Parts: sequence; C-alpha cells; structure tokens
Amino acid sequence: MTQTEPLLEPGDSFPESASPTHMGLPDEAGFFGEFGGRFVGEPLIGACQELEAAFLDAWADPAFRTEFIDVLRDYGGRPSPLTECVNLSEELGLRLLLKREDLNHTGSHKINNVIGQALLAKRMGKTRLIAETGAGQHGVATATAAALLGMSCVVYMGEVDMDRQALNVFRMRLMGAEVVPAMSGSRTLKDAVNEAMRAWVGEVTDTHYCLGSVMGPHPYPWMVRTFHEIIGTEARQQVEALTGGLPDVAVACVGGGSNAAGLFAGFADDPTVRLVGAEPAGGAAAGRGVPAIVHGMKSYFMQDEVGQILEAESISAGLDYPGLGPEHSHMARNKRAEYHPVTDEQVIESFQLLSRREGIIPALESAHAIAWVVQEKEQLAGKTVLVNLSGRGDKDVRQVQQILDGQSGHVGAE
Amino acid sequence: MSTATTTSLETHLGERLAAGRKLLLPYVTAGITDDWVDLVEAIIDAGADAVEIGIPFSDPAMDGTTIQEASVVALERGMTPAQALTDLRGREHGAPLIAMTYYNLVFRYGHERFASDAAAAGVRATILPDLPMELAGDWAEAASAEGIENILLAAPVTSDTRLEKVVANTAGFVYVVSTMGTTGERSEVDDAATVLATRVKALGTKPAIVGFGISGPETAVAASRVADGVIVASALMRKVLDGASVAEAASFVADMRAALDAAYS
Repeated sequence: MTQTEPLLEPGDSFPESASPTHMGLPDEAGFFGEFGGRFVGEPLIGACQELEAAFLDAWADPAFRTEFIDVLRDYGGRPSPLTECVNLSEELGLRLLLKREDLNHTGSHKINNVIGQALLAKRMGKTRLIAETGAGQHGVATATAAALLGMSCVVYMGEVDMDRQALNVFRMRLMGAEVVPAMSGSRTLKDAVNEAMRAWVGEVTDTHYCLGSVMGPHPYPWMVRTFHEIIGTEARQQVEALTGGLPDVAVACVGGGSNAAGLFAGFADDPTVRLVGAEPAGGAAAGRGVPAIVHGMKSYFMQDEVGQILEAESISAGLDYPGLGPEHSHMARNKRAEYHPVTDEQVIESFQLLSRREGIIPALESAHAIAWVVQEKEQLAGKTVLVNLSGRGDKDVRQVQQILDGQSGHVGAE
Repeated sequence: MSTATTTSLETHLGERLAAGRKLLLPYVTAGITDDWVDLVEAIIDAGADAVEIGIPFSDPAMDGTTIQEASVVALERGMTPAQALTDLRGREHGAPLIAMTYYNLVFRYGHERFASDAAAAGVRATILPDLPMELAGDWAEAASAEGIENILLAAPVTSDTRLEKVVANTAGFVYVVSTMGTTGERSEVDDAATVLATRVKALGTKPAIVGFGISGPETAVAASRVADGVIVASALMRKVLDGASVAEAASFVADMRAALDAAYS
C-alpha cells in the first residue's frame, strides 16, 4: 500500500490535466463523438450554460483547485489506499489490487464529485443543493457536503429505493436533508432523475442540481468525470509504486458510470491497459442498448422498439439505471473500453467472497466488478487486475442477509 | 403526401389573428381514451384553432403530474407514435394538428419517416421541448421537407440575444413558457408570461402563444392580454382523466373560447 500526492496539483491549467486523446474535452456542444450534448428544455439552457462557464472558470483557478484537494484530503480522507488482495489473488491465480474508494468519508467515491460541485455551487452563489439518488450513496454524499458548507439540501429518491435503502434515507435526514420520494414510473433512479430535473427548473436561481454521475446535459458528464479523475490518477501512481508498472486491466462497475470514468481517466491513454466496465445484466445499457436521447443527453439506453425507456432491474439500487454516461457510450463505440454484464447471482457470490477472503464487505455495486474478475479468472491468469472498489457494503448488509436467508429457507423447504 | 397546397400553421394562425381573435390551442394526449380522436374533433368544433397531440413518452421530464399521469394511462393502453399517427390518418381535421412529444420518439422513428407519416396524419408542426434550437437543425430540415414547422420554446430566463435567435428560427409560433416550472394548472399565470410575450412581440410578427399553467377561462384571458393566445393541456387532460366525456371536455374548451372572444373581440 503506497500513499501518494494527488496528481491534481493546484495551478494545473485545466485542458492539460485531462487525458488528451481518449478522455479529453467534449466538443463545444458537449459531445463525445456522437454522444452527449445538451438536450434540455429552454428553461434549463441558461442554467447549463452558467454552470459550464462557472466550472471552466473555477477549474482554471488555482485557489479553487487547492480548496477542492484540501477538502478531499482533510475531510474526505484522500488519497484512498491501494490494497493488494493476497488471499483472493492466490485463489483466483491473478494479482488483484483494489482502489479503496470504499474508505472515503460517506463510504464511496461519490464524495469526490459532490465536494467539487458543492464548492462550485457555493462559488456561484447558490444556497441550495438538490440531487437524485439510487442506492442513497450520492444522496448521503450530497447531504454531507450541504451540511459541511451550510447549504440546504433536497434529495429525490425512488420510492422503491427508499425502502431498499432505508438506512441511507435516515442518514440523509440526520444530516438535515429533505428526502422526497419519486413516485412516478418505476420509482427508482431514472424517475428520481426526472423529479430532480423537474424541481430544478423551478428553482434555478438559487439552486444547484448536484447530479451524481457522468450523465445528464453538458457540462455534467465532463465535469463529474473531471472531479473523479483523482481516482485514476492516484491509482496509477499507486500501482506503479507497488508493481513498477501499469495494471493489465482496470475494472469498475458501471451504472451511470462515474467511478468507472474516474478510474479509466488515469489509464485511457495507455493502450496496454484494458478498461472494463461491469454492468448489471438487468441494466446492461452498453451491451444491450441503442442510442437514445433522455435525461439531457444522447447515450446508450435500454429502450423498446419505439423509443420508450425501459426500467432496469438490478439487485443494486445504485446501478438500477437503464442508460450510462455518454463518454462511456463513446468509448464502447470506439472500443477503447469494453462493457460486460454480470448477473445478480454472481454479484451475491462475489459480495460474500470478498467479505470472507479479504475481510472487505463491498457495496453491491462494486461487487459487480469483482464478479467480472471471478468470471474471467482463466483469461486473467497471471495478470495485474486493478478493481475500483467504489463503495462499502454496510448499506447492503440487511438486503443481502434477507436474500441469503431466503435462499437457505428455500433450500431447507426442498 | 404532397403539402404544396396545404396552408402552413403559421399562415393559418395568422389569418385567424388577422380576423381579430385570440388563439386557443388545446392539448390531447394520444391514447388517453379509446375515443381520443373523437375528442380531438370535438374540441376543434368547440373552437380550437389548432390541437396539440401529445405522443406519450416514458420519461416526460418537462411535464407535471397531470401530463405524466395521462402519459402513463396512454402507454398502458398501448399507444405508440405510429399508432397515434395511424389513428389520426384518414380523418378530416377541421384544424391543423401539432405533434408534441419528446425527441427520442422522433429520433427512433427516423426523421424522414416521422415527418412523412406525421404530414399524412394532418400534423402541421411539432413541439419537441427537449430538442433545443442548437440541436434542432436536422429535424427542422426533415420536417420542412414535408411542410411541417418546428416550434421553439422561449422561457422567462431566455436571454435577449438567445430570444432573437429563437424568434428567428421558430416556425409556426413562439411557445411562450409562462413560468419556470413544469406543465400543470396554476391559479394565476405568472407576470413573467406577459413580460416574455411582450419581449417576443417586440422581435417580429410570429405569434406568441402562452403555455404552462393555463387552468381555465380566467387564466386564458389573463395570459392573452399581450400574447396571441394560449395552450391548455393539463387542465383539459385532468378532466378527461377524471372521467369527463367527450362532450364535457369539449364544453370546457367552448367555455374558454367564449371567454376569449368576449374579452378580446
């Protein structure tokens, strides 16, 4: 385990800090190749333009960058460690390294983006944050940042997810956030996004929409990825320090794709590093999707033949999203990254495997990345495999307990 | 379908305005009931100058609860874009139709094919609220080839320089979004609507029509003081969702027509 200085040094001018080729700047209209853009109603155009200008200005300002890094270090706990999984490596026949985003304050990578956006919102003179959340991790992170910076906070969460993740609902309320159930459609993450966008229209003057993934209208996919690039830049230095080289494969789970985008950004321009996103089989937007325009962007989405967006089905509320970020669609299209589905059963197995062998209880989301590694252990034999362990599993323990109790009950009944 | 002999929506509305009346554009969600096409005809007979046909989408992010509910009802009844256009085709419509939906449905249908099928169904214009001006070029071109006008929205926050471009690039009319919010009935129409309508009217001759928040005759009259007319969507769909018959829904439109005519002629 090696600690390194964050690579995002104060004073870096912005465009140079982004990977120049594969994960560089979107074009002026916010497209990565064919994907992205700003497909929002006229009432939100101005807010998106204002945000883009404010982000560019802030990111070019050394004082803002310093404050961002300082808060992530002193409050968020960065840099997150790199852990070599000695036991599992031996069992799987490969060298498994975990980037420990689960050890961040609030329990996942989500805090990186939220601190960035909250500081930006404050700089823009906004007094209020709104957010959507699936598993509750982004909602908790947003509530945390709002408490820290003295801002008010409203989180939209699918009614189904509020039940699945009741503890996170309580956490958000404990920190002073209001949690509003999204009652429309499938009452999960996709509907929470709709509700947050509807609310934002009415409140744009004093409210910042703190979007939780690399999705939505320009500049969100690019801005959120930029705030998460610290994952990949740290991981790259840590792997080099530990192994003397780069990993052969970098793996992350993908719902909207923010933790994957952050990880991939550290390696996108190294052609020897294979980039793999693990999608839930029931929400495999890159694998089964076709381009759609929804939630402000053009990207791959699960949809029916006429273009109605389908409901994703995943054991993990955080990946229960029928699309993914436009930059991922772009990298899937140009084959710089690959996206593979894993099933809920594989995820439950991997959740237990990492717990038992390494004493690390992963978030169900992050267990998708482990599941893909387990599935592909033969072809990965002898390789150095870097997995972004994006979150910890405390929030999922009750759900997994119920699932495992149900399984054993079922077996017993036979 | 040849459109050379068909009057454009903008011309049609211009003629009605020249005759000294304010415009009334009700909205009907395609598939909200079995007899939704009868409803369209009945509200035209009740004095609608054009009718917006809402093609239901799974994720109507600009819409409030009523249109969301209407969309869910229609989708559960199996409504699709192709079915909506098929249902409208082969009937004589006494007024131009405007297709209002989200861009993904047009994108998936294919620009040319949607334009062609829509024109054949009597659609003279489209409103795609999530397709902003900068990204609307390809669709507007395909639409124009079939004589379909693409209507752009203006919002209270739209800057002066941007509003000039909206007015220059819209066809049919300028959709004046009355308030910073989603669609839905409101007891009063924002002053912002009047301010925005005034700004639009100062920029040219295209009709300025106010949508969002029109709940009945009173708000219709209030919103039309500067603007050229109103769109009524949620208030009408609320009645239909609550079980109003075609005749009852048409009578609500007739009341709005009468109120506008009494106030402005």
